[in-house]
Amino acid sequence: MGKFIELVKRDLALAFRQGMDSLMVVAFFVIAVVLFPFGVGPEVNTLAKIAAGTIWVAALLSSMLSLERLFQTDYDDGSLELLALAPVPLEVTVLAKVVAHWLTTGLPLIITAPLLAVLMQLPEDGFLTLLGALLLGTPTLSLIGAVGAALILGSRRGGVLLSLLVLPLYIPILIFGVSAVDAAIFDQAVRPHMLFLGALLVGSLALTPWAAAAGLRQALE
Amino acid sequence: MTDFDKTRFRGEKLMCVRGERTVFHALDFTISAGGALTLIGPNGSGKSSLLRMMAGLLRPADGRMLWGEEDALDEIDEHGARLHYVGHHDAVKPVLTAAENIGFWAHLRDRGEDAVQDALGAFDIKHLYDVPGRFLSAGQKRRVNLARIIAAPAPLWLLDEPTTALDKATIKRLEAAIQKHRDAGGMVVLSTHADVDTPGAETLNLADFTCTAPLDEHVMV
Repeated sequence: MGKFIELVKRDLALAFRQGMDSLMVVAFFVIAVVLFPFGVGPEVNTLAKIAAGTIWVAALLSSMLSLERLFQTDYDDGSLELLALAPVPLEVTVLAKVVAHWLTTGLPLIITAPLLAVLMQLPEDGFLTLLGALLLGTPTLSLIGAVGAALILGSRRGGVLLSLLVLPLYIPILIFGVSAVDAAIFDQAVRPHMLFLGALLVGSLALTPWAAAAGLRQALE
Repeated sequence: MTDFDKTRFRGEKLMCVRGERTVFHALDFTISAGGALTLIGPNGSGKSSLLRMMAGLLRPADGRMLWGEEDALDEIDEHGARLHYVGHHDAVKPVLTAAENIGFWAHLRDRGEDAVQDALGAFDIKHLYDVPGRFLSAGQKRRVNLARIIAAPAPLWLLDEPTTALDKATIKRLEAAIQKHRDAGGMVVLSTHADVDTPGAETLNLADFTCTAPLDEHVMV
């Protein structure tokens, strides 16, 4: 456990000292959402109808932005080889890097989301559910993304390939994330949708570290 | 320095295939406690591949490696813990200081701050303690990387061209470090083009194990 925290702390230190990365993710998130009122017009009802979906789609895209660098810098400078040889299972290392990724991208997105919800005229009833759904959904995005990030190592044009690999897998999170918010607005049961999001999180928590670690070992050969 | 358990590291009938070319085959090696093995051979003869194979980063296409009496690659995490690998990249993070760079790897192997100090002293880089990696020269980065392997003892050192970018005085320090490591019962495998003085080291010429026409130099990584 101490080593897990050591790994998370290192990635956080790297992220904070390199600075810009998580700021850019948040900036992209804000700009992507702000574009919609310009595109569909400022009509309150229209905006309210698409609010949850817009915020979720923008969250998926911005969380994907920084995924490419999840393992890439360590791969380029030789740290990944040493991490694979360190006396910590590579699966644990992957999980630590995912946690750090979520803390530097997922969490800032959740903090910014209420602001954008106001902008998009999301009905008040949906606010808490939106935050809860993001809290359950964004870690899953980072987990699934880690598998994609491991698979693209060593390929040119990795970024585009990454979105092709990862975005289809994000669809279930998008569906349940948006329907949870809609259910809250229309006074229906939110619980089933949240349970599905939770199940997706638990499932990917159990599976993706192994898949990503296998991808990393492959890349190191 | 603690003494390591007396054991042997052996390879039997190892074969390496890269990009459908056989780089070497039927290669045997034995290193005993306190022993050293120098790998020589022309570019592309598989020195780096053999070192990566010994580290467990590259699976042998045929043959096996034994640590004592057990298969070295059965428990890959255990194997990683008993070796240090110095590859072509120095794994020095530009935003972390020299001490933080070494400290991170030392902490993963349960070593504290005093181990980092000793390691910095061994390569005469105490003055770089709080200098960020981005201000280090190539030779200084290499010294930081070599200090990393001193900070946390492991019985097997795999050094791929460790003298790259090092000045004469530092090569002397490296020789002293290798001698100290061997006196404690450690094993060293190194590939080199420059002269590193390792008394009593055995030499393995990779050219003896190539099975077809000479390879193009660019095939090998």
